[in-house]
Amino acid sequence: MVECGDEDFVSPLLSIRDLRVAFRTEAGPFEALHGLSLDVARGRTLALVGESGSGKSVTAQAILRILPRAAAITGGQILFEGQDIARLPADGPAMRDLRGQRVAMIFQEPMTCLSPLHTVGDQIGEALRVHTEASRKEARARTREALAHVGFPDPERALDTYPFELSGGLRQRAMIAMAIILRPALLVADEPTTALDVTTQAQILALLARLQEETGMGILLITHDLGVVANMAHDVAVLYRGRLVEAGPRDVVMRAPGHAYLRALLHAVPRFDMAEGERLTPIRAARAAIPPARSGAPDAGPILRVEGVSKTFTLRAGRAWDPPRLVRAVADVSLTLPAGKTLGLVGESGSGKTTVSKMVMRALAPDSGRVRFDAGAGPRDVHRLGPAELFAYRGQAQFVFQDPYASLDPRMSVRQILCEPMEIHGLPRAQARARARELLAMVGLEAEALSRFPHAFSGGQRQRIGIARALALEPRLLVLDEPVSALDVSVQAQILNLLKDLQAALGLSYLIVSHNLAVIDYMADTISVMARGRIVEEAPRAALFRGPAHPYTRALLAAVPDPSLDHPLDFAAVTGDQSDPARWPSPFRLAPDEAGAMVEIAPGHRVRHGAALDRRVA
Amino acid sequence: MIGLVLRRLVTMALTLLFISALVFFVIKLPPGDFLTNRIMELRAGGEAASVAKAELLIRQYGLDRPVWQQYLMWVGLMPGPAGFSGLLQGDWGWSFEYDRPVAEVVGDALWLTLVVNLAALVFVHVVAIPIAIYSATHRHSLGDAVVTVLGYVGLAVPGFLLALILLFYANRWFGLSIGGLYDAQFTGKPWDGAKIRSLLSHLVVPTLVIGLGGTAAMIRRMRANLLDELAKPYTVTARAKGLPPTRALLKYPFRMSLNPFVADIGNLLPHLVSGSVLVSLVMSLPTVGPLLLEALRSQDQFMAGFILMFVAGLTVFGMLVSDLVLVWLDPRIRMGAR
Repeated sequence: MVECGDEDFVSPLLSIRDLRVAFRTEAGPFEALHGLSLDVARGRTLALVGESGSGKSVTAQAILRILPRAAAITGGQILFEGQDIARLPADGPAMRDLRGQRVAMIFQEPMTCLSPLHTVGDQIGEALRVHTEASRKEARARTREALAHVGFPDPERALDTYPFELSGGLRQRAMIAMAIILRPALLVADEPTTALDVTTQAQILALLARLQEETGMGILLITHDLGVVANMAHDVAVLYRGRLVEAGPRDVVMRAPGHAYLRALLHAVPRFDMAEGERLTPIRAARAAIPPARSGAPDAGPILRVEGVSKTFTLRAGRAWDPPRLVRAVADVSLTLPAGKTLGLVGESGSGKTTVSKMVMRALAPDSGRVRFDAGAGPRDVHRLGPAELFAYRGQAQFVFQDPYASLDPRMSVRQILCEPMEIHGLPRAQARARARELLAMVGLEAEALSRFPHAFSGGQRQRIGIARALALEPRLLVLDEPVSALDVSVQAQILNLLKDLQAALGLSYLIVSHNLAVIDYMADTISVMARGRIVEEAPRAALFRGPAHPYTRALLAAVPDPSLDHPLDFAAVTGDQSDPARWPSPFRLAPDEAGAMVEIAPGHRVRHGAALDRRVA
Repeated sequence: MIGLVLRRLVTMALTLLFISALVFFVIKLPPGDFLTNRIMELRAGGEAASVAKAELLIRQYGLDRPVWQQYLMWVGLMPGPAGFSGLLQGDWGWSFEYDRPVAEVVGDALWLTLVVNLAALVFVHVVAIPIAIYSATHRHSLGDAVVTVLGYVGLAVPGFLLALILLFYANRWFGLSIGGLYDAQFTGKPWDGAKIRSLLSHLVVPTLVIGLGGTAAMIRRMRANLLDELAKPYTVTARAKGLPPTRALLKYPFRMSLNPFVADIGNLLPHLVSGSVLVSLVMSLPTVGPLLLEALRSQDQFMAGFILMFVAGLTVFGMLVSDLVLVWLDPRIRMGAR
């Protein structure tokens, strides 16, 4: 090592030197990390940034020595508190002593990372019982403290709940409680907020920052979200294909990114301060053959009108004699989508936005209200179509799914996937095959892809195939349900740009459903914000982001971590549940079951007010 | 919880009633029955006295009445010539073939069947689970490969063939007498220490034979289940907490991988009874399997009906047990059931 003299003086908590990790594969060894070196200091957060496959998770697993069986450390050192843990046996007592006690880890998926068969209290207390002589009673008491510490509203009750009874945010809090119960010196957080809603994400980030301040632990934060980096990190390290390409203090790295990759990454994610009409620059350009724009008279009326739809789900009652529990998923939602435009529907999970999209597709029947679709032949209620008309509607309205891994049948070749809808709709085979080639070119894939199967493609490529399938029948309306939230940050820009280009060329109308406000901001012309099954605010895109009126919209916007260092998150403002209508300030407050009314505050900008205001006005 | 059990019990009763109707009518489907066949035989042989006795039996068991009445009398929902006397009252009927009450014929066979099959069940689990755990945690190792090959062999070898081979060598090498569940000298003797010892030594081979196919299948399935669970993130969480490997394995992935097996108890019990018929025949085990086969062949209706109902009862009981164990084992089901 070069730097020696003052080594002990500033000796970092964790110091990785020239770390190499290789996987055994059928095609021979594959090196995932080629000599990685980085330091994490006590009380500081190092953000490790990179796209999937860059080796960030492998780094985390190597530090805890929980690499998959096929992977092994082939060289280098991992110095933790002066000890080289790369040389310890992975499951030996010395390494086990460190794991969970001095080094702890939290993961991306708080649901699957907790066992559904054991109570939260048991799983958290276990870390304590493994490493200390604590009795069951002591462990229970300290687990209760830990749960209170990470912000559980009722820690005593939480001890005996199971993970599936908790919301995503509480589950991640439980994971954090498990990690910090023994006050580790180093916390490795692998994408800790990627699976969470934006407001929950902000709360979890605030919690991590608070815990670090209290305990002085070092955090290695693995993320692909530059907004999270800007708000959490003291130092940044950028990983690209198993190599460190850039490292340094946050302000230096983020303000003047030296390496082309980080510069590209900064321009590939949607941001709020983008200029009107500015395009994202994908990291790797895709060559999509967008057809020339169609000429033709623009349609007269809106292509889609959702008029006052409501949907209530019945939960199975526990006992036969209990009345069934009703959950109102969607209450009196109205939307208008002009032809050729994009309508964004935003809300947290559970706000009812996916239920609305399913009712538009007639995958669910509304309890009341109408969904009217007009492809030029006059508006028709989608839910009253006869079999023949419904068949035609199926060709005109198509769906792009969130998860490109689960939405393509692994046993069908791309050709079969693309041709199936056309065959169902009676296109001759030769024509269908020719059209399949055209579709692939349209989404920027080579014709060789036709005979391959989905597993041969990356997430972004699969999503292109999903889009091509949706376009096969030349639909007029695409419903996009979180089209990029399952994709790596490096390909999100490609997909979003592709969707924009296709819309311009084919005159498509989009209903895009997302919890990602930046994506909605980039894509939508008008935006509707949903909370607890109701639309609380709707406005043209610019108006909504310039002057959000509703407290819920404001909370959503305030919770988005911005990659720019000039707009830090206000952690103090994101505490508490902002989706409860009874806690909104007047005039927005809604009593339980109160509908309120939409009030126009500017042209096209409407906000839901409660009865309190109506009385004053009247 | 109590409500759940009560609901289940009512469903069980209804299921058994339905099965009993099915069993009875299926047995009655072929033309004729044991007694009419016998009467024809006797008439041909000119034995008038026996014919009279058979006709008496026909009247006594109401076999001259319509089928639905016969059914109700058999179940015990309708008074027969001797008042209410059917399955519900504990009267399992008369075996025409053996000319004795079914209860007497079946007697020992019933619980010997249970003993043999429970022994096989215990054998399957005790042998399969550790092997499966080893095989899953040492995937692609030499041991795993050996176990896999042995598993396929175990699956492919027919039980009766193995029975014959084992019987031959058990006798040749260890001097174990061929067949039966106890030495011939104990037949008809009361159960004392010597007879029980004889039973235990005779149990080894049938347990092995009946259990082997099941063991091989269980190793394969358990290994696959466990491999799935080992790849789940909560297994990684357990390691990241610093749990020793064995403890982490048993507490998390192993417990998760048990669910399908618990759910299978209901199928396992009857399968063990009916699946061991061939083996029982070959090894001349005094279990109900061979009795059932014989009863079906000779249309000995009450005998066949009772054994089938016994198997059905076992199935339904097994389902109840597996449901209750699942509720106890898996909080997700518990919460859904509450």
